[in-house]
Amino acid sequence: MLTIKNLHASIEDKSILKGVNLVVKPGEVHAIMGPNGSGKSTLASVLAGREDYVVTAGSINFQGKDLLEMAPEERAREGVFLAFQYPIEIPGVSTTNFMKTALNKIREYRGLEPLDAVSFLKIMKEKMKLVEIDQSLLSRSLNEGFSGGEKKRNEIFQMAMLEPTLSILDETDSGLDIDALKVVANGVNKLKSKENSTIVVTHYQRLLDYIVPDFVHVLYNGRIVKSGTKELALELESKGYDWIKEEAEATV
Amino acid sequence: MTEVAERNITLEGLHDRFGQLDAMVPIHKIRSEAFNHLNNIGLPKVKNEEYKYTNVTKALEKNFNFAPAASPSKIEQTTIDEITFDGLDAYRLVFINGHFSPDLSDNINVKGVSVMNVAKAIENIDKDFLKHFGTVSSKNDDAFFALNTSLTEDGAYINIADNVVLDKPLALCFIIDSSDKSTYTTSRNLIVTGVNSQVDILEIFATQGSEGSFSNTATEIVVGENAHVNFYKIQNNKENAYQVDTTQVSQSRSSVFSTYTFTLNGAIIRNNLNVAIAGEGCESHMYGLYVVDDKTHIDNHTVADHISPNSFSNELYKGILEDNAKAVFNGKVFVRKEAQKTNAFQSNKNILLSDTAVINTKPQLEIWADDVKCTHGCTTGQLDDEALFYLRSRGLDKDHARSFLLYAFAIEVIEQVKLDPLKEYLKHIISERLHKDF
Repeated sequence: MLTIKNLHASIEDKSILKGVNLVVKPGEVHAIMGPNGSGKSTLASVLAGREDYVVTAGSINFQGKDLLEMAPEERAREGVFLAFQYPIEIPGVSTTNFMKTALNKIREYRGLEPLDAVSFLKIMKEKMKLVEIDQSLLSRSLNEGFSGGEKKRNEIFQMAMLEPTLSILDETDSGLDIDALKVVANGVNKLKSKENSTIVVTHYQRLLDYIVPDFVHVLYNGRIVKSGTKELALELESKGYDWIKEEAEATV
Repeated sequence: MTEVAERNITLEGLHDRFGQLDAMVPIHKIRSEAFNHLNNIGLPKVKNEEYKYTNVTKALEKNFNFAPAASPSKIEQTTIDEITFDGLDAYRLVFINGHFSPDLSDNINVKGVSVMNVAKAIENIDKDFLKHFGTVSSKNDDAFFALNTSLTEDGAYINIADNVVLDKPLALCFIIDSSDKSTYTTSRNLIVTGVNSQVDILEIFATQGSEGSFSNTATEIVVGENAHVNFYKIQNNKENAYQVDTTQVSQSRSSVFSTYTFTLNGAIIRNNLNVAIAGEGCESHMYGLYVVDDKTHIDNHTVADHISPNSFSNELYKGILEDNAKAVFNGKVFVRKEAQKTNAFQSNKNILLSDTAVINTKPQLEIWADDVKCTHGCTTGQLDDEALFYLRSRGLDKDHARSFLLYAFAIEVIEQVKLDPLKEYLKHIISERLHKDF
């Protein structure tokens, strides 16, 4: 589904990613962990097409297409979804209206008829249950005045609505208490299928108790320096990142 | 040298026009005083702090004279229907080139509501009209307002008795027809609302014809005790239409006055909105939205003058500027010594869509009382890149995401409108504007 080869990216001439390689197959859940500043969020942003980042080398192939050639909206229509670490507040636009526009854009791209109000509402009601989000929240301005937990839940709600094939969760767990974390993780798990894949970017192992990854990768200094299974995450939890740093530096 | 010559011609024309007015009617005393005042101070130049960024005098002197507008206009009912938009069930009064048009206006026959045109009120020597005319604006020494007063001949005079709740909005339509020649027009309105009365009033400005026009419009509003007045102004003029508009309001105790100013097009538009919050326990809302492009210049000068205690004022003006458009915002909030426990809020927010669009914004707070809560602020920016990316990452293309954000920006003001047909009309116009290619 996704093949990242030797990806280099920089922002304002500062090199952040220095040769990332990653293969994600349909149905897999990959966790990307790493200390602060290792490039985790950059990787997520580059996948979604944030224009502040410049890809200086490497390639990203998504379902046979060159992802780097696509504008952010094309990636979304092709099935890439980024759950933002810091969802943006947009006064004056309700989540409902926004989702209706977005979903119909994606449907149009896929050659489907736009949804009428009734079918849209029906889908929305189903997805609302998944993330235990309230209708009143969705009628309010997008993310405006939402609590941290509400914002993250709203991200997962949008993910549920748009049914992406590749979801990237950028530190979706940060700032959440355990109850909110469970709700969010539960939503993500219910959306999992054999066809779609998830990349979970996180600093903490805790989330991975609830969203169980098939693979865990450690990103350090712009490169994946270690890959393993969920046990690796536990090891990181107990031992911290220092041994990874030492290992990585020893091999340089 | 040429400038001096032009100025002389302008003043000469003004003298001629003033000289043609009927000097026998009682109102002429007020007109003469204003005329003298105007001759003393002259029309404002850019050296005048209040007109620093808006050289509307130059436009007036260069392109217009004060000769009366030409022949009867060919404006028809369909034009009125167009500008008063779908679904608006209102009592309509129509003024063409400053003069009342009975044929195009509705016959308003509502108990407790007296409606007549100002020309008739002057001719009839209407006591109530004369009692109120010029009173709420007695301290307004602005030259363009004086110019308006000195040439006052016609406009709308509305007097709403105590306890009257008007069933439909009143729509005052001011249409300039400059098909034959460039036109200078004056309109002067007086609205008096009684105790506990309730009314929605719209002022709709439109221009027709290819020649330029300059309109000097003014409205005085006396807001009675505990009265509720919503006052809407829609300025959607042509590119060569200049307008200086004054709205002078005085609120009695416990009244609620809301004003909404929408500016969508024109050459130079200067709005002077002065609200004297004279009574105790009043509420004032001042909303403004300008969405302008090309070379349009919009200047909003507002004053919220808190004179008595326990009042509340809230002001929100927003603007979207494209191309070479220019905007000026100057918002003054005065809190007098006696006006304790005042709550006053003011905000001006702008989005510039091009490198050549300009905004000059100046909030001005002057407080003499010591127990008040006041805030003011202004922001000017471009569209937020983060927000754009967020929308695009959900599948909206760039243009769509841009218009989405701009619409969201504008809607904050539009949502305040309480008349649904007007709200829909504005939403329609704004989205049409914003969906064009950037």
